[in-house]
Amino acid sequence: MADHLMIAPVVLPLLAGAATLLLGERRHGLKAVIGVASTFALVGIAIALLVTSDAASDGSTSAIGVYRLGDWPAPFGIVFVVDRLSALMLLLTSILGAAAVVFSLARWHRAGAHFHSLFQFLLMGINGAFLTGDLFNLFVFFELLLAASYGLALHGSGVARVKAGLHYIVINLVASLLFLIGVSLIYGVSGTLNMADLAARIPEIAAENRSLLEMGAGILGTAFLLKAGMWPLCFWLPTTYAAASPPVACIFAIMTKVGAYILLRLWLLLFGEAAGEFAQFGGEWLLYGGMATIAFGVIGTLAAQDMARLCAFSVLVSSGTVLAAIGMGQVGVIEGVLFYMISSTLGIGAFFLLIELVERGREPGADVLAVTREAYGEDDDRDEDEDQVGLAIPVTMGMLGIAFIGCALMIAGLPPLSGFIAKFALLTAALNPSGMTQGGGSVPSASWALLVALILSGLAALIAMTRAGIRAFWAAPDRAMPRVAVTEMVPIAALLILCVLQTIQAGPVMRFMQATAHSLHASRDYVRAVLPPAEQQVRKAGGT
Amino acid sequence: MMEIILSLGIGALAGSGVWLILRPRTFQVIIGLSLLSYAVNLFIIAMGRLRTGAPPVLTTPAAGDPSLYADPLPQALVLTAIVISFATTALFVVVLLASRGLTGTDHVDGREPEP
Repeated sequence: MADHLMIAPVVLPLLAGAATLLLGERRHGLKAVIGVASTFALVGIAIALLVTSDAASDGSTSAIGVYRLGDWPAPFGIVFVVDRLSALMLLLTSILGAAAVVFSLARWHRAGAHFHSLFQFLLMGINGAFLTGDLFNLFVFFELLLAASYGLALHGSGVARVKAGLHYIVINLVASLLFLIGVSLIYGVSGTLNMADLAARIPEIAAENRSLLEMGAGILGTAFLLKAGMWPLCFWLPTTYAAASPPVACIFAIMTKVGAYILLRLWLLLFGEAAGEFAQFGGEWLLYGGMATIAFGVIGTLAAQDMARLCAFSVLVSSGTVLAAIGMGQVGVIEGVLFYMISSTLGIGAFFLLIELVERGREPGADVLAVTREAYGEDDDRDEDEDQVGLAIPVTMGMLGIAFIGCALMIAGLPPLSGFIAKFALLTAALNPSGMTQGGGSVPSASWALLVALILSGLAALIAMTRAGIRAFWAAPDRAMPRVAVTEMVPIAALLILCVLQTIQAGPVMRFMQATAHSLHASRDYVRAVLPPAEQQVRKAGGT
Repeated sequence: MMEIILSLGIGALAGSGVWLILRPRTFQVIIGLSLLSYAVNLFIIAMGRLRTGAPPVLTTPAAGDPSLYADPLPQALVLTAIVISFATTALFVVVLLASRGLTGTDHVDGREPEP
């Protein structure tokens, strides 16, 4: 029974999505109940999987669960693999999903057809991509999550969404074709699609086929980098994310992390230390591409005219940081980046939800107007302020303001919230490649570059967020009071409380991240778990 | 000979597909995407090695020499890829029509370029 829990993150949303699809369009209540129940059940399942995968806590023995579909032996059938990283990403997805689905109950789930069905299918695709141990199966799950995301990006309709959605769909269809080319090249060279089998075979690839394999890996990597939003493949991202409806944008915050997850998993598995001549293949591309992404995102956050675009560019900064840190290829940096990935995704998700509440009371175009005023120095409403000294701040505005400060601290990475701890852990590891206790040793120049990029991106995020906050909360002369439902405030508060918990419990969380990073680097354990040694010997003896 | 013809075919399909994707009208883009997906499908088949007259499934109960048989896996992969690309193309057509209806133009940016 415990074994079958591994496939539940895929089966449960599939059933829930199908069930809501069969219900009539008018039965919003029942659909919402099914959607919410399924999403919260996913949180529970993810926690259970996380606890199971962390059972061997010393980090040496592998706690990798393998689920063979149809009980076919590994290289021939499809396997699902649950290790610490997968379970962690599952939990993150389901938490964001729960926040988004609760938020949508206030009004957004009625803005278009089949919101809950598409949402469940999206969760299914994301969970499947985190679980699968097979390259082609990964392609199928990617297509699933993309197909659902096309529908969700257009949710609520409108010219801006359809225009952004059109570009988003074309870009992702091209990326899927690149994905297929890469997968088939790798298959043509190595004769397998199973990730573990591939990792075992890569050191044995003949010299004349090496460039073909590198080409395949490069093309495949391009497809993932496009999803992860690396510069210069990221121009579609800010427009799409800023145009999407808030709950959808919140769950989209995890989608760039799907690309980053796959890179982390495949790159360390296929091109880790065990890969012989291929070790660290393409690492510099990740490092410098990631830094270019940070730079582009920073410029974007500073130039953004409204909060949704600001947040979309913060997504780019976040994924740039993750990519650059993966490119460093050190165990310690990976620990930090996992911590960073969790906290930045939670923060950005909460911010996407918050934006709509803050903007609700304002006239459309108020931001552009404010910028114009700044530029031309018009101060036409100076007099009104005199009467407002000592004005009581309404509770709603106070709540929104506190949530905004929380999001700003998370995104800029300032103390006391977990964004700071994440950046601190990342930089400590990058500057001390040999560990904190051993002083001395030269620091590679890449680490300095990463340090500068991270500090500058934090500063830029702080400036941009402060400016947006001042405009939204202090300098809006004639704003109507936003009416906010409890179901809209609770998810934001919950996400931020999770960030606070991550800060308070930083020790245990960090220990888990360390175990995760070490098991990621021990790629032999992964191979051994998926392909038991006995089977490997049989296969070798039979002649492959 | 077969290899040259197939690679020329893939090249022609992919080249015209890429050219069409870069055109400004949505209809050209969708035809370009279809051509590209044909090229990719042929490419996947080619990655399973080209050979004629070899059965893809074992014909006798005793497992013989696998090199006598065609690789069945790429064919299964192509089948999946065809289905998926068909579905996404259909979805794209719907979005294309919605965009045409909302913006009144078939330009990919939703508005005609300034002359």
